[in-house]
Amino acid sequence: MEWVQTIAVVLDSAVRLSVPLLCAALAGLWSERAGIVDIGLEGKMLIAAFASAVAAFATGSAWVGLGAGILASVMLALVHGFAAITWRGNQIVSGVAINMLAAGLTVILGNAWYGQGGRTPSLEGPARFPDLTLPLGAWAREHVPVVGTIYDEVVSGHAAPVYLAFGCLLLTALVLKRTRFGLRLRAVGENPAAVDTAGISVAGLRYGAVIICGALCGLGGTYLAVSQSAGFLPHMTAGKGFIALAAVIFANWRPWPALGACLLFGLLDAVAIRLQGVIVPGIGQVPVQAIQALPYLMTVILLAGFIGKSTPPKASGLPYVKER
Amino acid sequence: MSAAPIDLPRWADAGLVPLVSVAAALVVAGLVVIGIGESPLEATTLLLRGALGSAEGVSFTLYYTTNFIFTGLAVAVAFHAGLFNIGGEGQATIAGIFVALACLWLAPLPGILLVPLAILAAAAGGALYGFIPGWLQATRGSHVVITTIMFNFIAATLSVYLLVEVIGKPGSMQAETPEFARHAILTPMHELLAPLGLKLPATPLNSAFLLALAALVAVWALIYRSRLGYAIRTVGANPRAAAYAGISPARIIMVAMAISGALAGGLAVNEVMGVQHRLLLDFTAGYGFVGIAVALMGRGHPVGVGLAALLFGVLYQGGAELSFDKPSITRDMVVVIGGVIILFAGALDGLFRRLVAGLLRPGRPS
Repeated sequence: MEWVQTIAVVLDSAVRLSVPLLCAALAGLWSERAGIVDIGLEGKMLIAAFASAVAAFATGSAWVGLGAGILASVMLALVHGFAAITWRGNQIVSGVAINMLAAGLTVILGNAWYGQGGRTPSLEGPARFPDLTLPLGAWAREHVPVVGTIYDEVVSGHAAPVYLAFGCLLLTALVLKRTRFGLRLRAVGENPAAVDTAGISVAGLRYGAVIICGALCGLGGTYLAVSQSAGFLPHMTAGKGFIALAAVIFANWRPWPALGACLLFGLLDAVAIRLQGVIVPGIGQVPVQAIQALPYLMTVILLAGFIGKSTPPKASGLPYVKER
Repeated sequence: MSAAPIDLPRWADAGLVPLVSVAAALVVAGLVVIGIGESPLEATTLLLRGALGSAEGVSFTLYYTTNFIFTGLAVAVAFHAGLFNIGGEGQATIAGIFVALACLWLAPLPGILLVPLAILAAAAGGALYGFIPGWLQATRGSHVVITTIMFNFIAATLSVYLLVEVIGKPGSMQAETPEFARHAILTPMHELLAPLGLKLPATPLNSAFLLALAALVAVWALIYRSRLGYAIRTVGANPRAAAYAGISPARIIMVAMAISGALAGGLAVNEVMGVQHRLLLDFTAGYGFVGIAVALMGRGHPVGVGLAALLFGVLYQGGAELSFDKPSITRDMVVVIGGVIILFAGALDGLFRRLVAGLLRPGRPS
C-alpha cells in the first residue's frame, strides 16, 4: 500500500498549495461577477500576508493576525473600489497600481520596523495556526483501506484557515446561486442598467463585492504568512494572485470549477516540487520550469478559444454611467 | 466614456493634471517617510544631491532614464492603439535572450555588423513576444491584458530554463551566460565622449542612451506624423470608425503590439549589451511595470515620456544614494511612488481633472 501513501502525501501538499489560490480565485470571482476586473489580487494578498505577520508577532495571536490581514486587504480593495466605482477609472490601471503599492510598502515598512531586509521576525507557538487533527483519523487509516489513509493524510491535519477557505467556497457557491444578494450581484456584472432601473444601487452592490474580494484575499495572504510559513518574506506571494486570476478564467467564473482549477494548479506545483532533480526513466530529467509554466500556458490557450470557450461577465471592466 | 467630460484647456490637460497628480504622489511618499520616522525634507535633499549633484550621479540618472524611456514608450505606443500592454517585462526578457544569442553566436562578425544585428535581434525578440498577444486579441478575441500577464510568467520560466540548462555558463554558481566579446558590447559613454575632451567618471551610462533619444523622436514621428500613426490613433479612439474609414483594427492591433514589444526590447539592449555584457536572470527588475507609470504620467506623448523617464531616473539614482545614508528608506520607495503615480495619474484621472478644473475656475463648482 505504499503507493497510496505516496499519492496521499502529494495530494496533501497539493491541497496546502492550492489554498491561497482558492482564496484569491474566490476573491477574483466575487469582484468580476459584479463587473469589477481585479488584477490586484496579488497585491492584496501580499499586504495581508505582511499585516497578518506583523499583528501576529506583536500580539502573539494568529487570529489577531487574520483580522489584521483581512483589514489591510480590505483597505486596498476599497482604494480599488474608489478608483473603479466612484471615479470610473481604468480598472486594470488601478490593479497594477495596487500590486506595485503593496510590493513596495511591505518591504519598506518591514525593513524599517524589523531591519531584516523586509522579513518579519519568525512566528512561534500561538502566533501561528496549529494543524487541526480531525477525529477518527488514526482509526480510519487502520480500518478503512485507501479512503482511510486519504482521509487521515489529505482531509485531516490542516490549519484553521484551510477549513475556513473551503467554508468560504461553500458560502460563495450558495450565496451567488441561491440568494437575492447573489442574484443581484451577478446581474450587476451582466447588465448594470437593468439593476439600476430596478431601483437597486449599482455602486452599493459593487462596493459590497469589492469588500468581499478584499476579505478573501486577506484570508489567503494570512494563510501564506501565518500558517504555511512562519512570518512574512518580501514578495512571498510570487505570482499566486495571477495564477488565481488564471484559475478564475479557467473556471469560467464559477465557484466549483474554480476549486477544480486551483486544486489542479496546486497539484502541478506539488508535482513540480517533488520532481525537482528526479530522473524519470525514458524522459530524463523533467524540466521543472515547464510544469511551472503550465498554468499560464493553459490559460493563454483557453482564452484564445482553442479549448472550450470562456464567457466573462458581460459588463466586466466597464464603469457604470447612469446617464447613458 | 465618462459621464460628463470635464473640459480643460490643452495646457492644463497635458501639463497641470500630471503635475498635480505627481505632486500628490510625492506627498504620499513623504507621508510614508514620516511614517518610518525619517525627515522628508532631509530625504529629498539627499535624493536630489545623489541624483544630480555630481557628474557621476547625473550619468547614473541618465542610465536609469534610458530604461524608463524604452519601457515608457512601449506602453505609450500600445495606449495610442487603445491597448494596455503590461507585458513589457516579458517582452524585454525575450529580447534579452535574443540579444544574448546574437552576441554569443555571431561573435566572429566584426563589431560594426554585430552590434546593429544584436540590437535588431532585441527588437525582433520583443516584437515577436508583443505580436503574439496582439495576434491573439485580433484574431481569437483573448484580451491583451491577461495574455501579456501570463506571457510575463512564461518568459520568466523560459529564461530560468535556458539559463540553467541550455545557454548558462558552465560551472557558474549564478544563472548567467558567458561574458560577451569586447566588440559585441555598446560603448560606455565615458569612452565615447573622451575624444571630445570630456572627462566623465566610469558609469553604466552607454550609447543606448542615444538610441533611447532616437526612439523618442522616432515614436513622435510615427505617432503624430505618419500614416500608420494616424491609423493607430484612430483605432485607439474608435475602432468602429477606423474600420469604417478603411483601417483594419485587427492589423493595427498586431502592428502596434509588435512595435510596443520592440521598444520594450530596448531595455534588454541597455541592460544586457550596455551594462552587464551577459544575460542574467531577472535583469528586467520591474522596469517594465514602472514604464506604465512613465507612460501615464507623460500622457503618452514622447516629450512627456522623456520627462517622466527623467523623473524616475532621478528617483532611482537618488533613491540608491539615499538608501546608503538612510538604510531604512530602501529603493522600494520608488516602486511605491510608481504605484501611487499610476493610481493618481491613471485610475483616478477623473478625480484630478476635477481638482484642476476647480483650481482654474475658483468659486464655480464643476
